[in-house]
Amino acid sequence: MKNYFRLGLLIFLTPVLLWLVLLIVIPHIELLLMSLKGTDDYGNPAWTFSHYATFFNEKIYWYTFVRTAVYALATTFLTFLVTFPVAFYITKIVSKKFTGFLTILLLMPFWVSELVRVYGWMILLRESGVINHILISLGIINTPIEMLYNDVTMMMGLVYTSMLFMAVPLISSLEGMDDSLIEAAHDLGASPPTIFFKIIIPYASHGITSGAIVVFMLALGNYLTPTLMGGKNSLWFTEQIYNEFIASFNWNQGAAFGFLLLLLSSFIIWAGLKLTRQELGRALS
Amino acid sequence: MKNPVLEIEHLRKIFGNFVAVDSLSFDVEEGSFFSILGPSGCGKTTLLRMIAGFLSPSDGVLRIRGKEMNSVPPNRRPVNLVFQNLALFPMMNVRDNIAFGLKRQKLDKKTITFKVDSILERVHLQGYGSKQVAQLSGGQKQRIAIARSLVLEPSLLLLDEPLGALDLKLREQMKIELKKLQSEVGTTFMYITHDQSEALVMSDTVAVMNKGRFEQIDTPRELYSNPATSFVAGFVGETNILPVKVISNNPLKVATLFGLELAGVTAGETTKAKELDLYIRPESIMLDPDAGLQDINKFSLHIQNILFDGSNTKVLATIDKSDTEITVALPQSSQFAHIKKGSVVSAGVHADHCRCYARG
Amino acid sequence: MIRTLPQSGLYKIAFRFYVVLFYIFLFAPLIITCLLAFNDSSFPALPWKGFSLDWFLANGPDRVGLFHDRSNLSSIVVSAQTAFWVSLFSVVVGTMGAFLFEQEDFPGKQGLYFLALTPLVIPGVILGISILLTANSLGIYFEDNFGLDVPFLRPSFWLVVLGQFSFITTFVLLVVSARLKKFDRSLEEAALNLGASRFEVIRYITLPFLRPALIGSGAVAFLMSFENFNTTLFLVGSETTLPINLYLQVRDGSTPIINAVSFLLIVSTSTIALINLLLSNRKS
Repeated sequence: MKNYFRLGLLIFLTPVLLWLVLLIVIPHIELLLMSLKGTDDYGNPAWTFSHYATFFNEKIYWYTFVRTAVYALATTFLTFLVTFPVAFYITKIVSKKFTGFLTILLLMPFWVSELVRVYGWMILLRESGVINHILISLGIINTPIEMLYNDVTMMMGLVYTSMLFMAVPLISSLEGMDDSLIEAAHDLGASPPTIFFKIIIPYASHGITSGAIVVFMLALGNYLTPTLMGGKNSLWFTEQIYNEFIASFNWNQGAAFGFLLLLLSSFIIWAGLKLTRQELGRALS
Repeated sequence: MKNPVLEIEHLRKIFGNFVAVDSLSFDVEEGSFFSILGPSGCGKTTLLRMIAGFLSPSDGVLRIRGKEMNSVPPNRRPVNLVFQNLALFPMMNVRDNIAFGLKRQKLDKKTITFKVDSILERVHLQGYGSKQVAQLSGGQKQRIAIARSLVLEPSLLLLDEPLGALDLKLREQMKIELKKLQSEVGTTFMYITHDQSEALVMSDTVAVMNKGRFEQIDTPRELYSNPATSFVAGFVGETNILPVKVISNNPLKVATLFGLELAGVTAGETTKAKELDLYIRPESIMLDPDAGLQDINKFSLHIQNILFDGSNTKVLATIDKSDTEITVALPQSSQFAHIKKGSVVSAGVHADHCRCYARG
Repeated sequence: MIRTLPQSGLYKIAFRFYVVLFYIFLFAPLIITCLLAFNDSSFPALPWKGFSLDWFLANGPDRVGLFHDRSNLSSIVVSAQTAFWVSLFSVVVGTMGAFLFEQEDFPGKQGLYFLALTPLVIPGVILGISILLTANSLGIYFEDNFGLDVPFLRPSFWLVVLGQFSFITTFVLLVVSARLKKFDRSLEEAALNLGASRFEVIRYITLPFLRPALIGSGAVAFLMSFENFNTTLFLVGSETTLPINLYLQVRDGSTPIINAVSFLLIVSTSTIALINLLLSNRKS
């Protein structure tokens, strides 16, 4: 009887273990090991912290690192600000028969590759782009303005790319909220701001956290949007990693950068979960 | 027993520190309708799941038709279970639900079709094969669930409170149907319930279970009129319980707390205790008893309330001058039509119906 | 505040205005991209010079349309193949994982579950480089010790499949688990009781119940794989996937052929997504 069910356990456990050990655990240990490998003064292989030392000594590296973290956090917050009213409108204000339609409409652009979306913004915003063309033909401006390649545009691109991952958990948690909670609060004399901060936000906090985690992680690890929409000064840490790997072919240095980025994302997600008193499993499901 | 289909010896099941089933031994006779009656948490579901094979016993032996079952997995046991929630497969229609077990036995198509059709006819649902489960009414689902198990011709059919989800009228009807069905097919039924009326109406034998043990295994009639323990007396049927003190033994004479002296009989385990509990069924109290009757305890009743319920009408009344309230059955004959709130009537109860049990 | 409570006119209008703006913001880049695929111009820009299917159909010498562009066509095929294998593997393993975490009990289950969720919060770039490093080290190891050259340990088609599989499986796991949570275990017991073996139970009872989740998560896994960029970037070999190929073209200047590819992508993915949504809506 015992063995009978153990067999099932074994059959399910083996592929899962293979997946997690071979593709997640070992590669990340390898990432750490690679970041600590270097050569000593005689050119022999040796363990070293030099790649981490490089990171702290070269101002450009840790500046980019901090910048990436701050911008990713800002993206997360902005995405929430932009998406929340829409999620609220879809679930609570618009007539119920449109809820499904508007939700599907909201999801559709995100099934298309991120690259296509970024490309769309590029042909809209660049100097020879559609918006400049329209503005000039309307006589609003005389010479085209370069709207691409700056931090503001890059942030907009990041927010645009991340919106879905905030909208879906927000919509599903607001959908689960019984309207009568708001009606009761209203009936008990609460003002709209009170209702918003004391009833709606706490109720949706689970959705907000899951959305925030995913958005933050995606922004932090984004490569396309910063490289294609950001300017020369819009450095992003993933670009540094890419440069070390592909351009400089310094894999040990790149591994160190990768490991630092992993630490940063893990730390901020951990802190976010702690602050909102949630668990990863609940936040993601 | 001549021909037991199920034999259980010293069966125990322990969860952590909790003894769910405590050293049970009993047999179930071939072809009988056997019920296990007990309050929730008494261990009846644990027992059932051990027989079905979903739980393995901590100790003891379980034999079906003489074959030991302890190491046989649930899918190889010759028992079938009708689940409390019926567990009809929603992704299949009625025919596929019933044919599911037959297909697992790798029977040929023709045999399966024949068997499904005849069992559908047996449960009076011929022509329902292509219906989806969701299209059926509660009672129909019930019958399909039973048919799905019966079609496999199990040695023993286990039923885990399958009538619980039905409304009252339907439940009454299904009780009769189930009993009829069992006597027609002749399969041994083992029925688990907390509803005494289900157990009493349908069963040949009822085992009353409490705290992992059987208090009494008997026919419904014996169980009702001759309960072996105070638990059975209290659990099966309605009863009035009065704490009493022993005045004398042989013959037993007791006194209630308010001083009424009654002749009674001892029941259940023998005890030397001076304080007992007196059990009197509402219907054993006679109103206006004939003066000529022997061995009658007499007292007066002050009617407090009448609980009208057709043939099941009762009155709440206090005895003599006390404020001890008891329930008395009120036969619906014109003889007692004058009784109303505030009336005082004389009453009596035969000494044999004053059963005194050790205080539990 | 909400639809059942009285709202001021301004509140309603402002809110509606914002939502309309939001949807314009959402669709503007996509619509423009699609429109400019049909502009009879050498650049993906206005002014509108008339409707043309050149960027799909032309076959040289001035313009080469998508259907004659070897590099883009073959990258579409590569992406489709990658997505096929990734969705197949991740649905199989993700479903096994769902069974493992929902129905089995073993020591260390909580820890393993946590580990199984982490791929979703590891930036894709890092998954890419760590798998690249490991494959590379393994490749060197085989070369040095056995004189073996294992081509798939170099950036290649199968390495991309592995890299994408590593995190898409978590997604499938979550979707299938959610469905499995709603599964009534007594159905399984009933099937066992009727004589089905453990695997017949899964085959005839559990999998049919999971089917909508399997189809849905498979479709999403396909799309996630098809459009993946970050992880793929580091693992891709000579067979470039479509997003990588597009990226190289966008970086080096643009031609309306990118719009043509985008148009096809937008139309086909929204069709798949719509069918998927309609199916899942009908089921529930």
